[in-house]
Amino acid sequence: MSTDGTTVPFSGVPFSGVSFSGSRPDSVYYFGTCLVDLFYPEAGMAGIDLLKAQGLRVVFPQGQSCCGQPAYNSGYREEALKVARAQLDYFPGDWPIVVPSGSCAGMMKKHWPDLFKGEPDEARAKQVASRVWELTQFLVQVLNVKFEDQGPPVKITWHASCHAQREMGVVEEPKALLRQLANVELVELQRERECCGFGGTFSVRHPEISAAMVGDKVADIENTGAKAVVSGDCGCLMNISGALEGGKKPVRGVHIAQFLKERTHG
Amino acid sequence: MGETSVNFAKASTTALQDPQLRANFRRAMDGLMSKRAVQFADSKEWNAVRALGASVRLRALSKLPELLEKLEANCTRNGIQVHWASTTDEANAIVLSIMQRVNAKLVVKGKSMVSEEMHLNAFLEQHGIESLESDLGEYIVQLDEAMPSHIIMPAIHMNTKQIAHLFKQKIKEAEYTEDVAQLTDLARRVLRKKFATADVGISGVNMAVAETGTLCLVENEGNGRMSTTVPPVHIAVMGLEKVVEKLEDVPPVISLLTRSATAQPITTYVNMISSPRKEGEKDGPREIHLVILDNGRSSIYADEELRNTLRCIRCGACMNHCPVYTKVGGHAYEAPYPGPIGSILVPQMEGLAKRGELPHACTMCNACVEICPVKIPIVEIMGRLRAEAVHPGDSVKGAGSRASKAEAMVWKGWSMTYASPLAYRFATGLLAKLGNAAPTSLPLLKEWTNVRAKPRFASRTLHDLAREKGIPDV
Amino acid sequence: MSEARPTDSRNAILGKLRAGRDAHPLTPPESDFTVLRDKRWAPSERLDRIKTMMEAVHTEFLETTEADWPTAVQDFLKAQGTRTLLYGTATEAGQRLAASWTEGGPELVPYDGPVETFKERLFDGIDAGITTTLGAIADTGSLIVWPTPEEPRLMSLVPHMHLALLRADQLYDTFWQAMTENRWADGMPTNALLISGPSKTADIEQTLAYGVHGPKRLVVVVIR
Repeated sequence: MSTDGTTVPFSGVPFSGVSFSGSRPDSVYYFGTCLVDLFYPEAGMAGIDLLKAQGLRVVFPQGQSCCGQPAYNSGYREEALKVARAQLDYFPGDWPIVVPSGSCAGMMKKHWPDLFKGEPDEARAKQVASRVWELTQFLVQVLNVKFEDQGPPVKITWHASCHAQREMGVVEEPKALLRQLANVELVELQRERECCGFGGTFSVRHPEISAAMVGDKVADIENTGAKAVVSGDCGCLMNISGALEGGKKPVRGVHIAQFLKERTHG
Repeated sequence: MGETSVNFAKASTTALQDPQLRANFRRAMDGLMSKRAVQFADSKEWNAVRALGASVRLRALSKLPELLEKLEANCTRNGIQVHWASTTDEANAIVLSIMQRVNAKLVVKGKSMVSEEMHLNAFLEQHGIESLESDLGEYIVQLDEAMPSHIIMPAIHMNTKQIAHLFKQKIKEAEYTEDVAQLTDLARRVLRKKFATADVGISGVNMAVAETGTLCLVENEGNGRMSTTVPPVHIAVMGLEKVVEKLEDVPPVISLLTRSATAQPITTYVNMISSPRKEGEKDGPREIHLVILDNGRSSIYADEELRNTLRCIRCGACMNHCPVYTKVGGHAYEAPYPGPIGSILVPQMEGLAKRGELPHACTMCNACVEICPVKIPIVEIMGRLRAEAVHPGDSVKGAGSRASKAEAMVWKGWSMTYASPLAYRFATGLLAKLGNAAPTSLPLLKEWTNVRAKPRFASRTLHDLAREKGIPDV
Repeated sequence: MSEARPTDSRNAILGKLRAGRDAHPLTPPESDFTVLRDKRWAPSERLDRIKTMMEAVHTEFLETTEADWPTAVQDFLKAQGTRTLLYGTATEAGQRLAASWTEGGPELVPYDGPVETFKERLFDGIDAGITTTLGAIADTGSLIVWPTPEEPRLMSLVPHMHLALLRADQLYDTFWQAMTENRWADGMPTNALLISGPSKTADIEQTLAYGVHGPKRLVVVVIR
């Protein structure tokens, strides 16, 4: 990737010109991510179900594990490369790779090309990276989904993940999906774009600052009067839900895939 | 390396416990962010002027040695004396020798971050020279015997009440008032006397134009113009990256700088200085000296990726938009440059042994990258420095100084597990069964559960669910 | 402290930079100035925009004509109670001002010696200063001021009020246009200034206050 740090702020246009074009595919790969795997498998399944409901064949390669981001962001690039490389074998076809996390999708799409730079499998890694989509981005841009709300009236708010916004360029897509739900009132946060303070190892390396950040986020959420905070990234969700629960706040944190599935499939 | 590590975590904790400080920063940064957004509301214009600004800075870096030589030649032709300093000690010595030659007792200073880098005030005081900050914010901070907490708004950590008390306490003729206009007027009266009597004026440089040998300074107060016009000698200090090739490169950079920094279309004054007082002119300094400082910049420049740090035009917008900076304020960084740019610049200047914690003072949220007017890949450099800190090498001072065998083992183990489907399945299976039994007293979990509920491992992984539901594997 | 020989540092720095650059040359993207070139306003809109932008930062405007401006300035200053006006005796504007100045107005004070002989009076005894300008910029609402031996640098800085003569037909769209059209790069003066309002600060709790070090008031005298 370019070294000029270009992202696409202030727009919902995907980060880079995605090569997938034209008609919708009949199959997609699903990259579940390690956090979803261990902590939010039901959200992961909900994402698969949403895609299946659109008539797609969803392939979940059992050999997959993690995009490598934890090691990469901690400065252990060789270790990150080793794990990232292990993923490549499991996505051999030309199908899009859908990821229920903006952060992991961003790692694959934006950082893999750097991580594999100069490696013998650089071209292959770039090819895989170019097929990566964040889930809501794929639902909106490729599948153009239309949801019918079947749930009771509820007020919610949306927390935007930093990497979905700023690495994947996904800003409007998830909110557009939530706005399709007739009985869901979406109240935006005052500081929707501000980081919740998770930051991977940051949250344990600088627990006090992280706590202050998630504290501000929780206050912002409470001010909306929402019953649930919906997000597209499990890192943020673990952090925010953990703080809501720790502070005994009657607000539920829920992944957008799971929320959409609950609202549309009873 | 034997250098003591500066403890960001400890300093930030102190800051977090000060509710007044947190409120001051929250309010100020919220205001700055929304005002800046108005300045760049036209995204097409923003993208175009930003690309232009980045190209100006990159072009300057692509010819840096030649442009510095050209700047030197043109300044010399114009009568500006150029000095080179590899280190801050050398830069201080150069400044001092000029002072001593003209027997200077009082120096007035316009705002200069490089002089903060040099700890110039303290150095001059040691040599019996009074060095007075004249930018109102810097003046306040100096009265308070503190450091600036923001590169554009040095006293942003204080509120009016605190400043009112400070003035009452430190300025002889001061009467207590919380009226900002009166406080400002008081500073005006005190400092005007100093401008009129100072022997030397010191300033920074926002941009130096190689083509014409011109030093550009932007400011709102007029203290920069005072410092560079009234005293008989003007000394400008600049980091060597501040050069631009052409005069026409100045307008786009100034536009990006003032709009990003304080959401102004332009500052009150753009001050372009090309020579000392010429024959027949009635005012202006008779001598101008330009001190070009390296202080590690040439090492930063040697690395293809890290040299992007030198694009910076010091607008401070990355601070205003940083959720970490907003929480802890500038002092927690204990460095002349706080916030995101400081977290990548300072470790490269001072070394990772001393400053290796700074690249971790970041959640990698990319808010700074999104608004940086010259497109510095701040977060990528942050990541690179994290890697350099734990891997011995020669591209950054103190590389490898933070290597820990234990940490390396953890990541090695992690990568072996996560790169092998079998090991991964075994490990995740184990965590699903036993993970929730882990006591919250464990390291990491302890920090996490300080304000959060314990994360709960699901009893079956997504891999398990996908298999059970017959989701195809290929 | 080690006192390195200055030329050693110079050569060491430049050598290191050259080595670093040559090892990893950098190809910068083209600088596309279109965004500045395309910033245009209709001539009739420029002055309005300049007024709007400068008034937003407390600049005052005095509208007058070529024939009347010295009288207009004198009347204005009289009404303000200004006692002293610093001016350049050798400029055409200065000569007109002096020629039409009448009894009862503020005292006209020439800036006719080096600042060293004049500093005390300048800092303590001058209410206002009047200078010409080289025009103004619509994009940012800025006056272009090039001090000269006849109109020294401190005239627009030290007096509490700065009056600036602006010819209504000498307006530019952008700073970039002004400097490229007039080929500034061919020869810069000792000091070139853009002035966009009276001196101001927001260093105390982000509250705007005017007149911190420079003029408290900026009055643009627009000559049509």
